[in-house]
Amino acid sequence: MPVTVKTFTSSHDAAAALSSDRSARYLGGGTLVMRALNEGDISISTIVRASDHAMTRIDASGSRITLGAGVTFARILAERDLGFLHGPARSIGGPAVRNMGTVGGNLFAPVPYGDFTVAMLALDAVVSVQGGLGGREIPIDEFLQSRDRQTGVLVLAISFARPGSTEAFRYRKIARIKPKGGAVITLAAHLPVNGSRIVGARIALGSMAPTPIRARAAERALEGRALDASTISAAAAAAVEGTSPGDNALASAWYRREIVGVHLRRLLSGQE
Amino acid sequence: MAKTALQFQHNGRDVAIFVDGGTNLLVALRELIGDMTPKFGCGQGGCGTCSVLIDGELHLSCLTLAETVAGRSVETLDGIKDGPNLHPLQRAFADNFAAQCGYCTPGMLMAAKALLDRNPQPSRAEVVEAISGNICRCTGYEPIINAVLAASSGGRARA
Repeated sequence: MPVTVKTFTSSHDAAAALSSDRSARYLGGGTLVMRALNEGDISISTIVRASDHAMTRIDASGSRITLGAGVTFARILAERDLGFLHGPARSIGGPAVRNMGTVGGNLFAPVPYGDFTVAMLALDAVVSVQGGLGGREIPIDEFLQSRDRQTGVLVLAISFARPGSTEAFRYRKIARIKPKGGAVITLAAHLPVNGSRIVGARIALGSMAPTPIRARAAERALEGRALDASTISAAAAAAVEGTSPGDNALASAWYRREIVGVHLRRLLSGQE
Repeated sequence: MAKTALQFQHNGRDVAIFVDGGTNLLVALRELIGDMTPKFGCGQGGCGTCSVLIDGELHLSCLTLAETVAGRSVETLDGIKDGPNLHPLQRAFADNFAAQCGYCTPGMLMAAKALLDRNPQPSRAEVVEAISGNICRCTGYEPIINAVLAASSGGRARA
């Protein structure tokens, strides 16, 4: 069924169009919205686009990094200053999907996708959105909790602090098909260290709930401690707490609950 | 609903068509331009047989809104041969038995071309990575990987 396509040069105008029409969807790279249209999703009657260059900007020169919502994973892979994000970016799709898929769209990707968002959640990112009533910044965990209600807002950018060291940020995607495939589970950890103690631990999990979630019990097990064998064991044992994984063709909920602690242990131990 | 006028370069030739809102590039190429080389597989971005190059970058035409290629260059398998002469990649696919049912072949060739255009001497791992978004249910991939390596400048030098 034909849909109406509205293209705007300004992201503000695109956001206004999006917020005034419940059946409108924003088209970024196309990997979610065009897929829905190809499947015959009749809930979409309008596609909104924006050609605003601000949405494809990367600011990675300082300690605070901002990625425009329209930045593709291929561009992240081409950015030397974003080396710590090459693992998450490379774990998504094949080359064509990485040329198309965007950071902003990934926030809305359902299980077993949305791996990059798991990395963003571990980095305590802030999502800049523009709605009908103006712009605001939303912490990413809050954004994800209300994701289903965010279709009327336009995501402009995502920003986060650069990890203090390459050791501080870790990422692992468990997939059956390599190098490309949907996730069985995805894990990301941000472990800032003060002296030898972890301060502000963040553990994020993908495919362990309808949206990426923080493993808060595992974070508590790490907080204020050195990353030694007993701390890692405590965090691994707590990894499953608060999760609600589902069954899909890649893995059962039972299997996901069984392996999440195993893979968190490997991630924290630096094992391949 | 009104149609939208769309102009772009198709294999080096300027084309102009009218598309319905929401039409994907694959439908535009096959049904409006008459280029049947990109195939419809899954319509979800999972199989890669609809792969084309847009401004030299590998894209999935089934997930590309046709209107977004206005003024841009779209290259399909139909454009890579030179008259009656096969492209070196096509020749290598034939020589290495890299096509069986052939349904994945257009996407595989475009993914391989995208790789060789920017990296004429890829490693085996780079070839595997380059075709990782393309599914083949016949060959087991090895003949395809061998064909891409044979078509690379390193492979041609060894031949």
